[in-house]
Amino acid sequence: MTLAEPTYPDDLRYHDQHDWARIEGEVATFGITWYAQDSLGEVVFYDPPEAGSTVEKDATYAEVESVKAVSDVIAPLSGEIVEVNEALADAPEKINEDPYGDGWLVKVRLTDPGEAEQLLGAADYVALLG
Amino acid sequence: MAQLSNTLPRVAEPGLRRTPLYEQHADLGARLVPFAGWEMPVQYEGIREEHAAVRTHAGMFDVSHMGEVEVEGPGALAFLQRVLSNDVAKVEVGGAQYSCLCNEDGGVLDDLFLYRLGGDRYLIVTNSANHGADLAWLGRWSRQLGDVAVRDVADRYAMLAVQGPHARDTVTRTLGIELPPRMRVATARIGNRPALICGTGYTGEDGVELLIDPEIAPAIWAELLDAGVVPCGLGARDTLRLEVCFHLHGNDLTPDRNPIEAGLGWCCTEGTGFVGADAVARARREGTAETLVPFTIEGAGIPRQGNPVLAGGEEAGSVTSGTFSPSLEVGIGIAYVRTDLAEPGTAVEIDVRGKRRPARIASKPLYQPKG
Repeated sequence: MTLAEPTYPDDLRYHDQHDWARIEGEVATFGITWYAQDSLGEVVFYDPPEAGSTVEKDATYAEVESVKAVSDVIAPLSGEIVEVNEALADAPEKINEDPYGDGWLVKVRLTDPGEAEQLLGAADYVALLG
Repeated sequence: MAQLSNTLPRVAEPGLRRTPLYEQHADLGARLVPFAGWEMPVQYEGIREEHAAVRTHAGMFDVSHMGEVEVEGPGALAFLQRVLSNDVAKVEVGGAQYSCLCNEDGGVLDDLFLYRLGGDRYLIVTNSANHGADLAWLGRWSRQLGDVAVRDVADRYAMLAVQGPHARDTVTRTLGIELPPRMRVATARIGNRPALICGTGYTGEDGVELLIDPEIAPAIWAELLDAGVVPCGLGARDTLRLEVCFHLHGNDLTPDRNPIEAGLGWCCTEGTGFVGADAVARARREGTAETLVPFTIEGAGIPRQGNPVLAGGEEAGSVTSGTFSPSLEVGIGIAYVRTDLAEPGTAVEIDVRGKRRPARIASKPLYQPKG
């Protein structure tokens, strides 16, 4: 049902609140980490932000909910949302099944790409999880 | 992500108690969380799968954290009639009955099941969070009324709830015992030790609750597991009970609410003169400002405890339990609302963290078990 083993791809940058960013030029894709989806349990609802709205690094931009709990999702970087993952409305479980692929949350045009230097590499993020 | 702290697996906190099945939960990879002073499994494989297992097959819950109190003596009936809201005189030997434990103001201190084990011998099963306070309350009234002994026997039992359409046949086949019908209790030997089998549960499905010797609990758990009974945590227990609108004390019932506004007038017989009967009779006669009702969200959104209920844009109540219903695949909950809004079909809104979610007051149960 979900990725059984903890997975943290090397090509991503990580925020210590368990969010990831895949930076491709001026645009980055955001999502939540394996640890985040595992802690939350089966996601049953994703409340996406609107395309065109702005997100600010370290601030909440969306909510994901499991049966048991709701969690705010924190933006790892600042920018303008250019695309939201509409498929999650009908299939929020993709966040559990494929947190770094089909379970992506938003795509953001970065306003300050330099912020990425404050994010963690995979090894440092894994160390943080202990 | 943020606010994950309430869902994270934790290391044992000092002072947390463990049930006799702790090792079994850990071996199964359960996520263990603090609950009412106990370290309890909230889920194993996942709440939705566990929920579905109980609705379609058979699941088992370790509810050993629940408390047991034995009441015995020639004054037992008079004592229970005084402290419990229901008419205890109607309970035959081998019978079971649901009741409220009220304070003098009619506030609900706890809700519980009473089982009559013998002529003047009864067993009460308490909610774990209230067990100590219930004992103190019962002890005080027993000393005042006399001719009755109230004993804490919580350490004498492990408690396993086996629930679902196939629960009974699986338990019968696996443990080789006869089961009492619904709302009855029987003594038996399980694992060659004395045990109680109760035809009760908290899921809306048929099934039994087994009160067994803590020493043999791991072996019984293993036998049922081998027989295909799915281990279920407190997460599924909550979604299952909410779909059938069973109350959770501490959420939906509190000492500040009386049984009438909580929709539990059916288990109150004020003529018996129980503690709080005058206040309950007044609430029944005069009506209450608010009433506890189930509701269903229409569309997206999952209600949670504490969300305001809105009617015509004005605050008109508060959600006491809310979740995502795995059976209905929609947000459901129960809430105290202004009594004029309590009619099933009434449209309201639930303020879910600043977003107004349309909802409709429903009738009980929200989900009808198929049996």
